[in-house]
Amino acid sequence: MVYKSPNKGMTVIVKTVTRLTLAFILIYGIYIGMTGGVSPGGGFTGGVILALAFVHIMLAFGKEAALRKLRANTLRMVMGPAAFIFLLGVATGRVPEEIGAICEMVIVGTGLFAIFIALVLASKSDRNSE
Amino acid sequence: MIEIHLVLIFMIAAAVIAVSVKDLLSSVVAIGAVGVGLAMAFLLLKAPDLAILQLVVEILSLIILVHATTRQDLPFSTSGRWLFNTISTLFFVVVFLMVAHKALKGIPIVGASLPGAVQPIMENVPAKEETGNLVATILMKTRAIDTLGEVAALFTAVVGVLAISRKIGRTGGGNGL
Amino acid sequence: MTAYILCFVLFSIGLFSVVRKRNIIKIIIGIGIMEYAVNLFLILIGYCKEGRVPILTEGQSIKNMVDPIPQAMVLVSIVLGLTLTLFLVAVAIRIYEKYGTFDITKINRLKG
Repeated sequence: MVYKSPNKGMTVIVKTVTRLTLAFILIYGIYIGMTGGVSPGGGFTGGVILALAFVHIMLAFGKEAALRKLRANTLRMVMGPAAFIFLLGVATGRVPEEIGAICEMVIVGTGLFAIFIALVLASKSDRNSE
Repeated sequence: MIEIHLVLIFMIAAAVIAVSVKDLLSSVVAIGAVGVGLAMAFLLLKAPDLAILQLVVEILSLIILVHATTRQDLPFSTSGRWLFNTISTLFFVVVFLMVAHKALKGIPIVGASLPGAVQPIMENVPAKEETGNLVATILMKTRAIDTLGEVAALFTAVVGVLAISRKIGRTGGGNGL
Repeated sequence: MTAYILCFVLFSIGLFSVVRKRNIIKIIIGIGIMEYAVNLFLILIGYCKEGRVPILTEGQSIKNMVDPIPQAMVLVSIVLGLTLTLFLVAVAIRIYEKYGTFDITKINRLKG
């Protein structure tokens, strides 16, 4: 099962395939988020795809590798200003639509990844105690 | 219209499996099937935005649910008033279906939404935008407060999950929760 | 009209799961099924026969287009459903840590 050894990660096949496809997943997420104005997609969808890319790293390489790439402080530093710009854009209506989509993407990606980290870390202790 | 009925029947079958099967992992996989069927139905009903979003959201919630189900559980208590519980549940379902049957008389038949119902929205859209995704236009321009509320709900969920599952500062011995 | 009835049947399955089942994960699954049924019902109301996707392209009028307002509403609704599911799973994991079970008939006693 996937969660038997959460610190080690999965087999070498999964790690290699993840290393090859990760850039494409990130590019696809950014594309879906940026071109939401003229084609299907939107900021939220792109943000969820970005969050899924980091979840993918976490499942394949284990917890430490993903947390090394995206620290909690970085999450906090990125999420706050993005939310502020988004709020400003909604309140005034002056911020361009693309910047609003990028802000929404960043907020959603970091927020969902933070939830995932919280859930995985929360269940660590009771697995050790069993 | 026959494709939508087929997809709906597939969704109902998967939902029955998800509700009735004993094993929790099988149940979670079955609800993944329901979500993918819903994405297919959105695609058939000409809503590609929703199809993409539903597929992606389904994958994320499937991962989270699988993570929640991979733990040992005690045997469930099978005692209790089985007959009473089932009958009261069926009563709830029957009441819902009666209300739905009453409501069904006021709804137009499937596919009878007025063509050109989007005309009032288009008057609010700036004239220079000749091309574009109307759903994104609604979400970003005319109903931007909705998007703000969506992001606020996401923030609330993040804060709630972090507060519920934190480890630091909790006094031991069962004061938590 | 048959599609509406099938939507109601799907909703009833979710309602049955929420009211009758004892496992918290089954209850979360039931809430998810109800949410899917409601989303699909709203999209079916806005559907227009032989309609087009609500994306404007060059040289096409907006006649014969699917209504985009239910789609925008349902997009918000799907997002709220995702956040609800994540929050409920967090609560379920906390309940499991405290009581050691997912059974709702065993967690309603005072403990500690």
